[in-house]
Amino acid sequence: MTDLTTEQLHDVTVYVNGVARSATVPARRLLSDFLRHDLGLTGTHVGCEHGVCGACTVLVDGQPMRSCLMFAVTAQDHQVTTVEGLCTAPDARPCATGERMNPAQQAFAECHGLQCGFCTPGFLTTVTAYLEENPEPSEAEAREAISGNLCRCTGYQNIVKSVLRAAEIRAERRGEQYAADPADPADPADPASTRGPAPRHTASGDGEAPR
Amino acid sequence: MKPAPFVHHAPRSLEEAVAVLGDVGHDGKILAGGQSLIPILNMRLASPAHLIDINRVAGLDSVEVTGEAVRVGALVRHAQLERHEEAHGALPLLRQALVCVAHPAIRNRGTTVGSIAHADAAGEMPAILALTDGVVEAAGPRGRRDIATGDFFQGPLETALAEDEMATAVRFRLFPAGTATAFAESARRHGDYAMAGVAAAVTVTDGVVRRALASFVSVTDVPSVLDLTDLLQGMEPASADWSTAAEAVRAHVEPEADIHASAEYRRMLAGELARRVLAQAAATALGQPATTPHAATTPHAATTKDAARHD
Repeated sequence: MTDLTTEQLHDVTVYVNGVARSATVPARRLLSDFLRHDLGLTGTHVGCEHGVCGACTVLVDGQPMRSCLMFAVTAQDHQVTTVEGLCTAPDARPCATGERMNPAQQAFAECHGLQCGFCTPGFLTTVTAYLEENPEPSEAEAREAISGNLCRCTGYQNIVKSVLRAAEIRAERRGEQYAADPADPADPADPASTRGPAPRHTASGDGEAPR
Repeated sequence: MKPAPFVHHAPRSLEEAVAVLGDVGHDGKILAGGQSLIPILNMRLASPAHLIDINRVAGLDSVEVTGEAVRVGALVRHAQLERHEEAHGALPLLRQALVCVAHPAIRNRGTTVGSIAHADAAGEMPAILALTDGVVEAAGPRGRRDIATGDFFQGPLETALAEDEMATAVRFRLFPAGTATAFAESARRHGDYAMAGVAAAVTVTDGVVRRALASFVSVTDVPSVLDLTDLLQGMEPASADWSTAAEAVRAHVEPEADIHASAEYRRMLAGELARRVLAQAAATALGQPATTPHAATTPHAATTKDAARHD
């Protein structure tokens, strides 16, 4: 084992929600801890730290992955979307509180798809990416899509409803977008289209659990 | 739960990776997808002094389909192989099993070769490599070599790879014409480790079974293939004696008990799943729609994936 006092540090740069973010960290820094501790993006929650609960799921190059099962050094130069980044997606809209929400966020709010909210960031990232792949899931497909995320409060019923509702909202917003600018519809096949331009993150709407 | 400190190596080429591995030997572990390794590190069940992170090594991320095999590089993610149409066309068994490997978020990161090198008999892909009589390609300071499946898996989590060798690819061998495959497993939740799983490959020519093989998930110490040809040869798929084959499976497996299931329940599951996948593969090979031979003991979570012909 390496001596702690001589543990080598690495300069790591990751494109988080479209912005290059850097920190100097030991090689063993998990991506989840890098996001939370080093970058202060506490929207990503850490549950089990061995890949079972799904709370820490983020999008790496558009694909959902467990941030507790990746090292920050391995994420060097990759694109990471956290729950904070969902509100800057092209299909995010201002909600009643003035914050922006993407279709998944809006649907979870409407359908009461959360109670304590701890697992929610992982569900939101997972569902956002899933709808890119399957924009019109059946109820059974919606259930399977979230099988890798654990929720200890809801019993999942409202989460399944939220996934189906998110698909509806997403389709509505795609329609509006197309009506506004038929020449440049967001390409549903392009995962980059969910990542949005690259405005700097603001602390709003990160789905943090009440303390 | 945080990993113990380690020295991180990020080689850019296979030669560089092998050189580092040669230097650190027993103190080093290869990091590819990390979906099995990082939980082990987080829980400090292992604390290697060096991690050789091969994610930036060029040339390891391709899937190649030849007349004999599907060759999968060490950085091919499960999800990439699952979606590979050419590989699916040549060997449908891959997708049949891959959709049962953990959850999508894990498949997006985890690699097929990594799960084989991890050699957990509760993993799907070691059983698939075994059923296809596949080959592991290894590289080390003494050069490259091919290791046959039968020699590769030596014990639970134990392989024939030397401490300074790494798996660079695996080759899943294609089945002969007239063969169809099926895969089914039973888990408490879809995507969890299976309580039991069975893969089957059945060859049918002139309307009768010529060859029948099965391999297993979670019910043997090391991936093993059971040859059921003697029990089924010459029988027609519609009237074959699947019960005797299932009995042979129950006798072959050596399940262990844990909090999810008793050993006896796993043994029963293995037999029942074998009956289903054998019948399904045989029916598909014959070109008939699969029938459900026995529905009385249907485990709720069992997922039987579509069988498909190979010829």
